[in-house]
Amino acid sequence: MDMKDKLVSSFLAFEESVNVDAPIHNIRSQAIKIFEEKGFPSKKEEAWKYTSLKSILKHDYSVFPKEENALDFKEVKKYFLHDIDTYKIVFVDGRYSSYLSATTHDKMDVCLMSSALNYDKYRPVIDNYFNKIAKPDGITSLNTAFSREGAYIYIPKNKLADKPIQIIHFSTGKESAQMLQPRNLIVVEENSQVQIIERHQSLTKNPVLTNSVTEIFADKRAIVDYYKIQNDRQSASLIDNTFIEQQAQSTVSVHTFAFGGNLTRNNLNFYQKGEYVNSILNGVTIIEGKQHVDHNTLVHHIEPNCESHQDYKGIFDEKATGVFNGKVVVNKEAQKTNAFQSNNNILLDDSATINSKPQLEIFADDVKCSHGCTIGQLDESALFYLRSRGIGQKEARALLMYAFANNVLESVRIPELKARITKLIANKLGVNLGFDL
Amino acid sequence: MAYTEDDLKKELETKEYEYGFYTDIESDTFPIGLNEDIVRAISAKKNEPQWMTDWRLEAFRIWQEMEEPEWANVNYKKPDFQNISYYSAPNKKPKYNSIDEVDPELLATFEKLGISLEEQKKLAGVAVDIVMDSVSVATTFKDTLAEKGIIFCSISEAIQEHPELVKKYLGTVVPQKDNFYAALNSAVFSDGSFCYIPKGVRCPMELSTYFRINQAGTGQFERTLVIAEEGSYVSYLEGCTAPMRDENQLHAAVVELIALDNAEIKYSTVQNWYPGNAKGQGGVFNFVTKRGLCETNAKISWTQVETGSAVTWKYPSCVLKGDNAVGEFYSIAVTNNFQQADTGTKMVHLGKNTKSTIISKGISAGRSQNSYRGLVQISSRAENARNFSQCDSLLMGNECGAHTFPYIEAKNKSARIEHEATTSKIGEDQIFYCNQRGIDTEKAIALIVNGFSKEVLNKLPMEFAVEAQKLLEISLEGSVG
Repeated sequence: MDMKDKLVSSFLAFEESVNVDAPIHNIRSQAIKIFEEKGFPSKKEEAWKYTSLKSILKHDYSVFPKEENALDFKEVKKYFLHDIDTYKIVFVDGRYSSYLSATTHDKMDVCLMSSALNYDKYRPVIDNYFNKIAKPDGITSLNTAFSREGAYIYIPKNKLADKPIQIIHFSTGKESAQMLQPRNLIVVEENSQVQIIERHQSLTKNPVLTNSVTEIFADKRAIVDYYKIQNDRQSASLIDNTFIEQQAQSTVSVHTFAFGGNLTRNNLNFYQKGEYVNSILNGVTIIEGKQHVDHNTLVHHIEPNCESHQDYKGIFDEKATGVFNGKVVVNKEAQKTNAFQSNNNILLDDSATINSKPQLEIFADDVKCSHGCTIGQLDESALFYLRSRGIGQKEARALLMYAFANNVLESVRIPELKARITKLIANKLGVNLGFDL
Repeated sequence: MAYTEDDLKKELETKEYEYGFYTDIESDTFPIGLNEDIVRAISAKKNEPQWMTDWRLEAFRIWQEMEEPEWANVNYKKPDFQNISYYSAPNKKPKYNSIDEVDPELLATFEKLGISLEEQKKLAGVAVDIVMDSVSVATTFKDTLAEKGIIFCSISEAIQEHPELVKKYLGTVVPQKDNFYAALNSAVFSDGSFCYIPKGVRCPMELSTYFRINQAGTGQFERTLVIAEEGSYVSYLEGCTAPMRDENQLHAAVVELIALDNAEIKYSTVQNWYPGNAKGQGGVFNFVTKRGLCETNAKISWTQVETGSAVTWKYPSCVLKGDNAVGEFYSIAVTNNFQQADTGTKMVHLGKNTKSTIISKGISAGRSQNSYRGLVQISSRAENARNFSQCDSLLMGNECGAHTFPYIEAKNKSARIEHEATTSKIGEDQIFYCNQRGIDTEKAIALIVNGFSKEVLNKLPMEFAVEAQKLLEISLEGSVG
């Protein structure tokens, strides 16, 4: 039985196991129908031209999370950003771990999707926002059909979230292969502000497939910073679908740091529904081995006077494959749009591959849109300069690569997180450098 | 009153196709529809050898299995392939030695286009192989070329007289199964040009053909084959206009270029098929497959000015097979009213130290859609491959669209690839700057559009520049100075 049939046939059992009322039930039933019809995407689809899910779908993933598996905080401490105080929403094998988490209901909600779906007091928010912008494609619908758990964050008007929020998904590997489908909803109301860090981490070599969907709503003048840290083991694959709707004058920035994992696909979609909106998409990808990272972005400019900035840097070694598929659509009404997109790549090995497809679709005339894409190598003369000053080959290369990725790092607004990522990069490049010298 | 962009827009919208007329020459037209018998009949009509007939039939069988591609960013009513006549030839076909013997009606047609043979003959020594409804009726300067050993004739003539060359190269760059339209063309191509430049010869003049569609309801299937032997050079020009027609006409040409070691081919096109009227009715469907193969140190340069056709689907490409090969693509695509263009190039780098340059300029006005679609592919063997691409779009009015779909695939670490694209409109400050210096708005727009396309216009051979300017005027009257 292939994965699709298995999922479709598990759906009924899943529905019975969760206690939900009619509206959510309808959304789920509809979603499973869409998945049944569309299935997993194939390479024949333009958006999946360079990424095949075949290799990761061959495992026989267990679909239902087992009962709670406990983890000792000491074991997993290193995966937390622990040097500052944060709210934490932690899941172990898809189940909420109250022991590792620190949630709040104090003037804002930082809690669980399962509670939000089950309790009446969250009903208005769920009715207004749940599954409202998620694209009804096969893979997102699959998540919707099985949506049960995830993070639920609601920041009311004029509220500044006092500390960053960490969302961490652990998989213990107690199953031979596991599929996780977290579903997050983030609603930030007028004039409010929040910082969120998301991470997926598997703890053993058993294969894990995560198909995550996050919906983010930023109301007028809201500011949202979202950091995705993708540094999982090489046995874990991730399909991350993020949908963002922005109202007037809001600013949402999403940073994606893709260092680990077997196959990673990021579907990042921005819909600008108000004027003077700013959308920022940044990414650093550093991979090697047989890793595959695919960034698929969409910025849809619907209203006039908006901006978008995309900056994706990639460094690819050994047999790694990088894909960048960035699309900017400017509607006829969206005059005075400024849209910038840049994708720079460094290839370190002849077996590494980069496929880049930056697209512009423009229907308005008074716009400034540009995209740039480069593929190149480390500058030999810069390397020579560093080496002539007594810096070793490896360190010199690492320094240059760090510099290459630096302007994305600079935009990280949590200093501790920035330090952590810098360290990750140093590890990734196999050097022991304090770049903050 | 000052001339504003709105006025320009209005003018563009109301500007009708000037060169629409219909010459009445008795034609020998086949019944509509397509089957193996028609393919055999076309081949028989042209008195082709058996291998050619077989080649066509093979292509036809492949075509039957294929589906019409839908990935391009264009919308149109698909042509009914069983409702087209696949062969039409002017039936007076004497061999002329001098221009006086040519049917005066034909000559008048070309005079209307401003490209009369007399003028052409005088003008810089351009040899013209006229293709009118697919069959070549006049060839000039053949003698001069023959002295150098250059073969420049219609492809049907080449099949008769130089079968070994045709057999060796036909379908090597664009195989029958390449795509839907290439397969169709391979099965039913009626005529086209053939050009062979021997080793070490530099072709002393620009070779050119003019294409026209003349018979109502006749699809045109041109086949062009240009072979440049080692160390040779040729510059080839191709231009076309078509009469005004209400029903859609299909044009599916195939052009194959072969540049052997150290050879250089320059291929320039001015395309001005009938684009349909201001309401988007009629117009030519232009589905063309053009590809060149570069061996070691060879260079192929495509230059195109695309102003016509209701729907254009065209990607002149270079396969840089040999080491140090160079591919270039310079394009201006102008769309107006309801025109749709999906055009660009493919640069496939296989050899070491291969270089390619892509400069594409799109200008959209009215309600047209203009897309650039390009592929730059660096294979893992292509050490030190280099590519530079630049795609700029200019939008006039808020009902048109400009789109960019570049595909970049690199598999070699020494590859250096740069891609840049911009989209903008003519800035008010740019016009203001010109106004301030005493240049009126009309002239300012002309200046800016001209400057915008200059990089590409400059690449056209001198002999063609006049024609190109003339054809551009139809699409953007008042904006090209």
